[in-house]
Amino acid sequence: MAYDKFTVLTSTAVPLPTDNVDTDQIIPARFLKATERVGFGDNLFRDWRYDVEGNPKKDFVLNDPTYSGKILLSGRNFGSGSSREHAVWALYDYGFRCVVSSFFADIFKNNCLNIGVLPVTVSPQFADKLLEKITANPAETITVDIPSQKITLDSTGESESFDINEYKKDNMQNGFDDIDYLLSMSEEIDAFASDK
Amino acid sequence: MEKTTLFDKIWDAHVVKSVPSGPDVFFIDKHFIHEVTSPVAFLNLETRGIGVKNPSRTIATPDHNVPTVDQDKTIKDKLSRMQVERLRENCAKYGIELHDLGSAHHGIVHVIGPELGITQPGMTIVCGDSHTSTHGAFGAIAFGIGTSEVEMVLATQCIMQSKAKKMRINIDGIAGKGVTSKDLILYVIAQISASGATGYFVEYAGTAIQSLSMEARMTVCNMSIEMGARGGLIAPDETTFDYLKGKKYAPQGEDWDKTVAYWKTLKTDEGAVFDKEYHFDAADIEPMITYGTNPGMGIKIVGNIPTTEGMEGSNKTSYLKSLAYMGFEPGEAIKGKKVDFVFVGSCTNGRIEDIRSVAEFVKGHKKADNITAWIVPGSREVEKMAHEEGLVKILEEAGFELRQPGCSACLAMNDDKIPSGKYAVSTSNRNFEGRQGPGARTMLASPLTVAAVAVRGEICDPREVFQN
Repeated sequence: MAYDKFTVLTSTAVPLPTDNVDTDQIIPARFLKATERVGFGDNLFRDWRYDVEGNPKKDFVLNDPTYSGKILLSGRNFGSGSSREHAVWALYDYGFRCVVSSFFADIFKNNCLNIGVLPVTVSPQFADKLLEKITANPAETITVDIPSQKITLDSTGESESFDINEYKKDNMQNGFDDIDYLLSMSEEIDAFASDK
Repeated sequence: MEKTTLFDKIWDAHVVKSVPSGPDVFFIDKHFIHEVTSPVAFLNLETRGIGVKNPSRTIATPDHNVPTVDQDKTIKDKLSRMQVERLRENCAKYGIELHDLGSAHHGIVHVIGPELGITQPGMTIVCGDSHTSTHGAFGAIAFGIGTSEVEMVLATQCIMQSKAKKMRINIDGIAGKGVTSKDLILYVIAQISASGATGYFVEYAGTAIQSLSMEARMTVCNMSIEMGARGGLIAPDETTFDYLKGKKYAPQGEDWDKTVAYWKTLKTDEGAVFDKEYHFDAADIEPMITYGTNPGMGIKIVGNIPTTEGMEGSNKTSYLKSLAYMGFEPGEAIKGKKVDFVFVGSCTNGRIEDIRSVAEFVKGHKKADNITAWIVPGSREVEKMAHEEGLVKILEEAGFELRQPGCSACLAMNDDKIPSGKYAVSTSNRNFEGRQGPGARTMLASPLTVAAVAVRGEICDPREVFQN
C-alpha cells in the first residue's frame, strides 16, 4: 500500500554492526500471526531486545537511549533468510525509513522498496566508517538523498553514491507502489496471458 | 542463434514488458498461498476495491502455523486459528482452490505442489515463502516473494522484478556411502557461504545432480535461498517426466506427449554463458552438519569447528557471537556432542523418501533415552504412504513420535518448539538463532544423519552407526 514519500532524509542513526542478520532475528516467526499490518514494530528484533520474561536487554542497541534515528546501520548480508515482508513492516513501524549495509539479501531488498524503506548499499569501507563515527558520536547525522542518489556523513561531508533504478526512485519519491502500475497495464497483461 | 540458459528461456518467455530503467513486468503461471503471508494482501485488495484476477492460477493450503496434533479439532491458539479461518474465507470468497487441514492433499505448500503435479517444467511459480525455490527441481523458475508481491499476483497475475544474474553449480562424480542430496547442498553452501549466490539464480547441473531422484533434487533446490540465491533449478529429464506422469494435475493423454515434447526443449544450450560457475566433485563430499547460526556454517561430521584464524572485525565478532549462542568453542570436534531432540520433516526433507530412509535405518534399533524424536510428514499423502508401507510402525517401535503434516518445528510457529538451550539435529533448512524456538540450538543434517543421531544420542557419523 502507499507509503510516505521519501526524497531527502537527514537523521541520526542506530548502529548494529552484526553480519548475517536474518529476518528471523528482525521478527521471529511466532510474531507473524496477525491478519492486519499493525503492531509489528513492538516485536522488531524481539529476542535480541527482550529476555524471556519480556524485560529489555540492556546491552542491545535499541534499548540504549544514546542511539536513535530513522536510519539503521547494519553489518554485511542484512535481511537474509525468510521472505517475510513482516520484517520490513517491523522496521518501518518502529520508525526506520532507511537501512545502510555493504550487502543486502535479495528478497529483503525487494520487500523494502515495495513498502518504502530505502536499502542503501555502500562500500564495506564506507559502512565501517559510518558505524565507527555514529558509534563514537550518536549526535552525528547522515543525509540520504534519493534525487542525487547520494549518502553523506554530514559532519565531514564524506559521501558515496548508491544505486536505485529510475522506476523505483520515482516510486519512492512519490510514495507509489507497483500495483497501480500493474493495474494500468491490465490490457497488455490480458493479451499476454491469452496464450499461456 | 544466441546460446541461452534454461533460466533465460523461461524468464524471457514470461516478460510482459520491460520497464525502461526498471524491472520486468513478469507473468506468473502458478501462485501458492498459505495462511501467514496472504491475509494482508487480501485485506489490501479489499481496501483498493479490486478482486483476484485469475483465481484458477492460485492454490492455497494452511501449513506454517498449524498444530501437528488433533488437526480434526478447532485450533487452540487464537491467532493461528484466525489466520487459518481468514485463509478459508478468502479462498471461498474469491474461488481459490484450498487444500484444507484434514483434506486428502493437505500439507506443506512445497510438498503438495509437486505431489499434485501442479508444479511443471517451464513454469513460473511464486509463493510468499522463500523455500518456493523447491519447485525449481522440475525445471521451473520458482522463488519466494513478499506480501506486497502476493497482492500483485492476486490483483494482476504479474510482479515487477529485475532479472537475476546467472550461476551454474556443477557437481559431477559419484557421492560416497552415507552421502545424501542434503549433504551435497550443505557442502555447496559451506563452500560458497550463506550469501555467496545473492543476486543470482542458480542452475544445478552435472552427473551427480542428474542421478538424483525428484525428491532429492527438491532438497537441493529448496536450499538455494540459504546461499542467498533467488532460486535454483534443474533441467527436466526422464526422471522428471516419470515423476509427473499420472499426477492429478499433470497433462493427460495426447496432451501429455505434446507437453513432454516441449519440456524436452527446456535445457541450457551448449556454450551458453553464466555470470558465475562452480565445479564440485561429489567424491569430495562427506556427511555434513552445521555448527553455527547460518546454513553456511557447515562442516563434515568428522571435522572440527573452524578456528578464528584469519578472521577480523565484524566477521570475527559475528562468528564468536554465533558460537557462543550454540555453546561451542572454535577448533573443537563436533562429533560426540550431546543432542536432545531430532526433527525429521519440513519442505526440505519431509517427503516419503526421507521417511523411508529414516525408517530403514532405525529398524530394529531404539532411539537413545536422552532424545526426543519428532517425525512430521510433509503432507497427508506422505503420511498415508508411511502408514501403508509399515514405516510408521517401525518408527514408533524405535521411539519416534509421528505427528500430523505441517511446517512444525522447522520454524516453530505452532507448539512444536525446541526448548531454550537444547540441541536439535534437524532435517530442516535453517539454523538461525531461535528458529526452532527461542534459545533453541539447531544443527542441520540429512535424514540419515538424524536417524544415526537419534540412535546414538549424540552427534555421530551415520557411516559408523549403520554399517550397511
